[in-house]
Amino acid sequence: MHLSPDETLFWQYGFIKLNATIAFTWALMFVLAVGSKLITRKLSTELTRSRWQNLLEILVTGIERQIAEVGLPQPRQYLGFLGTLFLFVAAAALATVIPGYEPPTGSLSTTTALALCVLVAVPAFGIADQGLGGYLQSYLEPTFMMLPFNLISEVSRTLALAVRLFGNMMSGAMIIAILLTITPFLFPILMTALGLLTGMVQAYIFSILAAVYIAAATRTHKPAPLAPAPGT
Amino acid sequence: MLIDWFTVGAQAVNFLVLVWLLKRFLYQPILHAIDERERRIAAELADADAQRAAAQHERATFQHKNEAFDQQRAALFAHAMDEAKAERQRLLEEARQAADALRAERRDALRQEADQLDQALRRRTVQEVFAIARKTLADLAGASLEERLVAVLIERLRTMDDAAHAVFAQALRTATDPACVRSAFELPAAQRAALQAVIHTAFAPAVPVRFETAPDLVSGIVLTANGQQIAWDIADYLRSLERGVGELLKEKGQPDAGAGPAPSETAAPHP
Repeated sequence: MHLSPDETLFWQYGFIKLNATIAFTWALMFVLAVGSKLITRKLSTELTRSRWQNLLEILVTGIERQIAEVGLPQPRQYLGFLGTLFLFVAAAALATVIPGYEPPTGSLSTTTALALCVLVAVPAFGIADQGLGGYLQSYLEPTFMMLPFNLISEVSRTLALAVRLFGNMMSGAMIIAILLTITPFLFPILMTALGLLTGMVQAYIFSILAAVYIAAATRTHKPAPLAPAPGT
Repeated sequence: MLIDWFTVGAQAVNFLVLVWLLKRFLYQPILHAIDERERRIAAELADADAQRAAAQHERATFQHKNEAFDQQRAALFAHAMDEAKAERQRLLEEARQAADALRAERRDALRQEADQLDQALRRRTVQEVFAIARKTLADLAGASLEERLVAVLIERLRTMDDAAHAVFAQALRTATDPACVRSAFELPAAQRAALQAVIHTAFAPAVPVRFETAPDLVSGIVLTANGQQIAWDIADYLRSLERGVGELLKEKGQPDAGAGPAPSETAAPHP
């Protein structure tokens, strides 16, 4: 019994290897990209449009609205990153209905990679928004005494992101595997349905948390209307 | 160890590639389509607003024109009414005048007819009177009407008062034409001689006397000389007869026939 699809190796050449995680990720990427390409190949700008276009518009505008609700004033700037986070995690969870499939998000390597991307993206967006000095200043708030705690928080939340997603996805697959050996028919189906639900919730949580971190990084040191921050 | 660092790196790269792919194939086209549609809808709304404004302007213009047209129509109608009224008045006036003219014409015609009837009646009456008188005289007295007429004229000449006698004698003497005795019928020779004798003895001995017959003469016999005349006529009888006949016709309810008889125009100086 293995805990992660990383352990399923298809091909290896020294340090380089092709395991199930990477393979399933490529499959997901292929489906998402080709599906998007096919649907958006002939988009309608009229009042009537195809059902698939409608679905994608609902998805995109829904994500955009969620980002705006978190507090990012220009959601389109972050749509590529946050939207892809959500779509990737959600698609990985949805695909669990396919027999033989293992979600790449059930691998701690994948969730770590996503969390690291967030860890890099947050300061990147923060610096892009308020400059390097402005962003670094945020670690000294409210006083310079808070610097170590801010740094710890930065690392710990990244770790939490990675482990939370991994734990949920891995446990879902694990529970189904265990239940299959105990009660073969009905119960695993229920757990699969529950796994779909938790997968959606995890996708939402992951992308919303990333959005909140980015919002915090871009807004923390903006001058308040009544009390301008020193140095600005 | 659950973390395989090569896989972490590969997945990070995979994720970034996926971000790029989805940006390229999903977000940009979809957002572009949405923006395009919103722009189109906004343009259509603006166009609709413009059209509505234009339509309102058109409607206002049309209403204005309609009102002007109504006013014009009312004015024209009133004008036509006035003209029709004037025309009606004119036609009525014409008809009234025509009716008046017709009535006057008819009245004249009736009067003329009445006159003719009156004259015919009078002539007929004279003839009847003479006929009756002649017959009556012949039956009762064995005398002819002619004899009695001449006798009456002779009697009147003899009993003339002095003034009238002088005037008539003067007329007879100064006359260039002979004295003329006109009667409604031919006088017998004896009566002519008697009359001539009376004239000669009473007025002037050598006065020539001429005898004429006038069938239309109302009076029975007339002696004229130089504008003076002495006559016995039945004009008075005829007048009373006309009165009687007129009253009779009036009683029968025929006012047209009762037009008054023309007055008798005898100009005899009554002795």
